Amino acid sequence: MARKPAATAAKAAPSNTSKEELLKYYRDMLLIRRFEEKAGQLYGMGLIGGFCHLYIGQEAVVVGLEAAAKEGDKRITSYRDHGHMLACGMEARGVMAELTGREGGYSKGKGGSMHMFSREKHFYGGHGIVAAQVPLGAGLAFADKYLGNDNVTFTYFGDGAANQGQVYETYNMAELWDLPVIFVIENNQYAMGTSVKRSTKSTSLFGRGEAFGIPGEQVDGMDVLAVKAAGEKAVAHCRAGKGPYILEVMTYRYRGHSMSDPAKYRSREEVQKMRDERDAIEHVRELLLQGKHASEDDLKAIDKEIKDIVNDSAEFAKESPEPALEELWTDIYAADLPQGSAEENA
Amino acid sequence: MATEILMPALSPTMEEGTLAKWLKKEGDAVKSGDIIAEIETDKATMEFEAVDEGILGKILVEEGAQGVKVNTPIAVLIEEGESADDIAAPAAPAAAEAAPAEAKAEAPAASAVEQVNTPEPDRSPDWPEGTKMKTMTVREALREAMEEEMNRDETVFLMGEEVGEYQGAYKISQGLLDKFGPRRVVDTPISEIGFAGIGTGAALAGLRPIVEFMTFNFAMQAIDHIINSAAKTLYMSGGQMGCPIVFRGPNGAAARVGAQHSQDYSAWYAQIPGLKVVIPYSAADAKGLMKQAIRDPNPVIFLENEILYGRSFEVPDLEDFTIPFGKARIARSGKDVTLVSFGIGMAHALEAAEKLHEEGIEAEVIDLRTLRPLDYATIIESVKKTNRLVTVEEGFPVASIGNHISAYVMENAFDYLDAPVINCTGKDVPMPYAANLEKHALITSAEVVDAVKKVTYK
Ligand SMILES: Cc1ncc(C[n+]2csc(CCOP(=O)(O)OP(=O)(O)O)c2C)c(N)n1
Ligand SMILES: [Mg+2]
Repeated sequence: MARKPAATAAKAAPSNTSKEELLKYYRDMLLIRRFEEKAGQLYGMGLIGGFCHLYIGQEAVVVGLEAAAKEGDKRITSYRDHGHMLACGMEARGVMAELTGREGGYSKGKGGSMHMFSREKHFYGGHGIVAAQVPLGAGLAFADKYLGNDNVTFTYFGDGAANQGQVYETYNMAELWDLPVIFVIENNQYAMGTSVKRSTKSTSLFGRGEAFGIPGEQVDGMDVLAVKAAGEKAVAHCRAGKGPYILEVMTYRYRGHSMSDPAKYRSREEVQKMRDERDAIEHVRELLLQGKHASEDDLKAIDKEIKDIVNDSAEFAKESPEPALEELWTDIYAADLPQGSAEENA
Repeated sequence: MATEILMPALSPTMEEGTLAKWLKKEGDAVKSGDIIAEIETDKATMEFEAVDEGILGKILVEEGAQGVKVNTPIAVLIEEGESADDIAAPAAPAAAEAAPAEAKAEAPAASAVEQVNTPEPDRSPDWPEGTKMKTMTVREALREAMEEEMNRDETVFLMGEEVGEYQGAYKISQGLLDKFGPRRVVDTPISEIGFAGIGTGAALAGLRPIVEFMTFNFAMQAIDHIINSAAKTLYMSGGQMGCPIVFRGPNGAAARVGAQHSQDYSAWYAQIPGLKVVIPYSAADAKGLMKQAIRDPNPVIFLENEILYGRSFEVPDLEDFTIPFGKARIARSGKDVTLVSFGIGMAHALEAAEKLHEEGIEAEVIDLRTLRPLDYATIIESVKKTNRLVTVEEGFPVASIGNHISAYVMENAFDYLDAPVINCTGKDVPMPYAANLEKHALITSAEVVDAVKKVTYK
């Protein structure tokens, strides 16, 4: 990995980052982490089934990028999607209840961990087929350009997904048609058990855009402020009608690929080193304390607040009833255009 | 020598056209490339160029004529010093040529299904009587089959996501990298259409790839190469380019993994001429059929099942054994009703048969084992005995394997049926995640029992 394990946490917050902003990042990242820890617990208790991919370690990526987004912008991602949903303002209750497959979930229990959506928050999933969301994301951007608004679409995918052919077909068309899409490669170094080095000799993933004329850059994904700054640059490029932009955000997943990962492909030390030296939440915590923006007690109060939200979501997810059996047969065909189609976007 | 100019076909589907205009008159000299006429089809007006050189001796079809059939002589080209009258009866050759083609079209037999019923089903035992047996899981059986074939044939190699260092996402290839090294156990990036195509190319060049899809859901990324490249090339090359490749991996629903990860593709692949499709239930079948698949000179789709991987069965303890394709297994004999199933459907069929037995109904349970070729003879023979048929599969109901079998039985054993055939299948919905809904979406042995009661009027 190209990054130095230096203790960036020691750096003071850049003067343009306000206390409110830092507190928001802290809160949002912590919510994701605690939510995911709880999801892991519920999985262990058999309340969540199937595949469940946790986002722990990568929180700064979505939180930083959401800070660069405005109302109307869209987002789409893979199956590792809980963090993205929380970061764009979807309710913890609805996400957790989807994980338990209950009526109160965002997909009424029919989608599960990998397949959740919210028209209201412009969150387009939640996709289980590696890289399938990449052309879909460009399609969302196509619609915005077609309708003549200035929205952009954040299209997230992994380092493993970056080796799918459809990514490059999409790059070509996105640049050809100047689509307002930001391709966010969440490079957490591994695709299941395959490290980036074992899957490609072209390890500068953002650099692959060059062949299509798409600008891009690598970003430190354990530093939420760096992610936000890069996000703003990318957004400005897209909103100005200059076409797509690629952000390769260097990050790390602390947990296994999914809940059943023997994790023999990396050492415990590697994971521990990341947690100790580069943790994104710890980084903001130190910025808050050192900048005297918050006291230990203030942060404890936030921790408590977050814990309450997460516990409440877990309770809700346990108590929400299973979907009615008739739901098996609904939502296969639409009777009419779903709300929020073209007119609303225009 | 005089040559006829024939009405040209200007598109792949054109059968006739209008001779809109002659741009040359009788007696004009014509060079190759000259435009001699304009022809109108239903789609466009096209210019018709001369191919040969000569003099336009005689115009046979006047300008403005409509409905001129393709290949009708429309003019005669003569050489210097020749006369147009030298040519006799111009229409005859075209008509004569058309005839044999029509005759050929009538030749095939009544059934469009290529695999013709063998008159007698093959009921020979899969291994000699008295063979020592050992207990193993489907997972171990598959691994052992691949290992044995890799030992036996240098050209066999395994390729796919996480098959090597990770030891297989579902541990089917455990230990193979250590044993055979990275030349023969090849880890790929997540690039299904790419490595399916590379595998197919390697097979065309004489290797025997085993391509693992982490699950068959992801083979949809690669389905073009499976069907357009692997399945059709032998035919398109007039028999030159064989493609001995095995595409394998878990198929069908696992548990609670949602719509994009829970689909049974049996009927999809069984539809394709040029593919062989294998879907074992027991470990012995998994082993014998996998070895057969690797040796088969054709592309083979080998559909495994995650839920069955860990189940144990008796497997013959033989140095080498294979199970031929197209030979069903009678898993349980009975006289009252025939249950036909395959893959994990067998678990439901056998469970139902047991419940039915307690109620005094004896079901004969047939495990197809391969869907292409399909053992029609065994099904027909059983239906002649029981007079009732229920098919059992996990896939979607529309255009299912059960639908196909029903049609076949109706055509070939209609008089033996005492009740309509019932197809038990998964529900006609994407797979839901919620535990209670998933249970209802999947086929159950209770549904099979109900179907049997219907066809036996109990
Ligand atoms: C087309 C396809 N192939 C394989 C899989 C199985 N699979 C699920 S996630 C994954 C690894 C993806 O890694 P990456 O893109 O780096 O994302 P990460 O899991 O690290 O977030 C694989 C191989 C799949 N879901 N879809
Ligand atoms: Mg990754």
